[in-house]
Parts: sequence; C-alpha cells; structure tokens
Amino acid sequence: MSGRRIVITSGKGGVGKTTTTANLGAALAKRGARVILVDADIGLRNLDLVLGLEKRIVFDVVEVAEGRCQLRQALIKDKRFESLSILPAAQTRDKDAITEQQFAAIVEQAAEQADFVLIDCPAGIEAGFRNAIAGAQEAIVVTTPEVSAIRDADRVVGKLNEKKIPIRLIVNRLRPAMVRSGDMLSVDDVCEILSVELLGIVPDDEEIIDTTNRGEPIVLDESAKLRTIYDKIARRMEGEVVAFTNFDAQGLFGRLFGALKAG
Amino acid sequence: MIEWLKKMLGTQPSSNTAKERLRLVLMTDHLALAPEIIENMKRDLVDVISRYVEVDRQKVEIDFEREDRALAMMASIPIIAVNRPGGGTPADEAEPTPAAEAPPAAQATASPSVAATPTAGDPAKRKRRKKPSANPATAH
Repeated sequence: MSGRRIVITSGKGGVGKTTTTANLGAALAKRGARVILVDADIGLRNLDLVLGLEKRIVFDVVEVAEGRCQLRQALIKDKRFESLSILPAAQTRDKDAITEQQFAAIVEQAAEQADFVLIDCPAGIEAGFRNAIAGAQEAIVVTTPEVSAIRDADRVVGKLNEKKIPIRLIVNRLRPAMVRSGDMLSVDDVCEILSVELLGIVPDDEEIIDTTNRGEPIVLDESAKLRTIYDKIARRMEGEVVAFTNFDAQGLFGRLFGALKAG
Repeated sequence: MIEWLKKMLGTQPSSNTAKERLRLVLMTDHLALAPEIIENMKRDLVDVISRYVEVDRQKVEIDFEREDRALAMMASIPIIAVNRPGGGTPADEAEPTPAAEAPPAAQATASPSVAATPTAGDPAKRKRRKKPSANPATAH
C-alpha cells in the first residue's frame, strides 16, 4: 500500500517549515513509521542541514528527475532512525530545473516505499510551490501568530483549496505569556481567521535553535520540552485523537519550569 | 489617575488590532482574487434594482472602500427612468413599485456593509454602518 504524501507549506519564509518537516519526520520515524522527507526547495537546500545529514549527500532530486540516478541512490538514510531518509534538493540549480509532473512522479515513487512522504515546500507561491504540491494528497500549513505570516498562509490555503487538497494547521512559535496579556493572537484567533482545522501548537522555545544548531531532531533529546509536542502532532497525523495542550492556562509555565528544575 | 484609566480603557490589546486588521485585509484579498464574485454581485444587484427603476447597466460601478473598522461596498447605479406610481414597472415586472416615490436623482449610492466571513463584524459595527440610504442588497 502506498504511503501518505503530505506537503508542508506556509507561503511566508522563515516561519519554520523546514524545522517542522525535520522534526515531524523524526517523530513519526521514532514511532516506527517509514518516512521519506523530500526537500522541494531547489537552490536553497536546507533540510539536510537541519537534520545534520549535509555531509552525506551524493545525488539530489533533480538528478533523479533527469534519470541520472535511481531514487534509492539519492535517498540518504538517517542513521539515528531505522526508517527515516531524506531526498535532498539540488543546491546549484533553479526551481525550473524540475517540472510538476517529474516532481509528482518522484513523490509517488517515494510513497511506494514509505508510510509518510513529507514534502518541505519552498516559501512563495510560484513554481517551487507548484512543484511541491503537485504530488501531495494532504497539506500541513505552518504559520506563526503574526499578521504577515497569517496573510500569506491565507493565500496558500486558497491555492490548496483550488486543488482540493485537505489542509491542517500548525501554529508555530506561540508565546503563551504574550497571548495571555493580549499582545499576541491566540491559536483560536488564527484558526478562526484561516478557517482551517488545527493539527498542532508549537510554543516558541530556544531549545529548537540549539538542537537545530547541532543538526539533531528534537525528539531524540529526552530533556526537551518540545519533544512531546512533536510526538503529539505525529500521533495526530497517524489518526490518534490527542488533546491539545492548553497554553492559555496559567499553570503551564509553572509546569515547564518545574520540569526544567527537575531535569 | 483618571487619565491613566482612560488610557487603559481606550487602548485595546494589540492582538485585537491584529485580528481586525487581518480580517479586513483578507476580505480585500479575497475580493481581489475573485473578480467573478464582484461581476456576479453587480449583475444580481442591477437585476433587483431594475425591478423598480430603469438603470443604465453599462455605467454601473462597484467599489470597495476600507474604512476604520469595516469594508464597505459602494455601488454607483445610474437611474435612467422612474415610472409614475401605478404606471407599470420599466422591467415589465408585476411587482409593486415603492421606489417610484424616490427622488429623481441621477444616481443612487448604496453602501451595504459586506460580511465576507460568517464571523465578521459584531452588531455594534453593523449598526455603525447603517446609513439613511436604502440597502438594496446585503452580500454575505
């Protein structure tokens, strides 16, 4: 049976698409799923770097499209997870080096040997975006609770609706204290404005910068607070009903600090 | 102290401002991205008004104006003729003609507020948008 093909997109750059793709992929793989991550950001390759796999790249997705190598030759296996591998983007080529049809065919081929194919979409709504969504059956839209990110996410939601691709939303870099004081849009606000079903809430946390610096998925860091957040999202992706963490409650920070002291 | 209180009450949290600004800008974005919606609305609007008065279809103009907290639709619909009461309607409709009592102005400007999302606008805002001019259509 063919795996699910999910594009991770946002419209705006810098909201955390690649970090989300890498960490969700790792979280799903840790749970035992076979996962292939596809970097669709041709010319601005980064997924390999976030996962610490940059030194192992031999072939890339454009070379697969051009028939210079087999898909399995281009896939880089993540040694930390048995079932996680990535298909890197080409770094020295343009977005038009690959067509929508070629991209869709590669993604479909990847899905034959995986439970999840997550496609890391480039920012924007041009050729790179069209390639990235070409082979996708589902979409995860990542946004931060900021006006510019939400407006761009709305544009992407419109484009995905046109293609009849079902969408779920991840609200990234939420700062609960700011939401409580009325200085940041809440998750409910964001969901209401975008009219999209919620998949996950990721609070803003410095530890993601640290793990990304090292090229380590956060799910491997047993002391990381965000580890359980990504694990929860992975479980929701698998179809499990997992309650959302209530970041509006005052008690959360206390709990986090408690955990910090304990760890 | 009173000044401080006023200030506290007068300035709303920036998240509310963000929400309102986003709601407006997304309505504008959605309209700009769907010109066919405006064309269809224009046609339907003119159809309704034509039941009562004769209008110049070629010169109908629809604009959207962003005001402080709302998006308003301004429709300029030139009226060519208004029949006498009881004299039959221009569009040969068997409907009564209450509009025949309207002043014979060359243009009628209607500005119903547009609610693009089901949640848009609280009742207070709607009230604020109410104008003495007739609202021939309210788009939802």
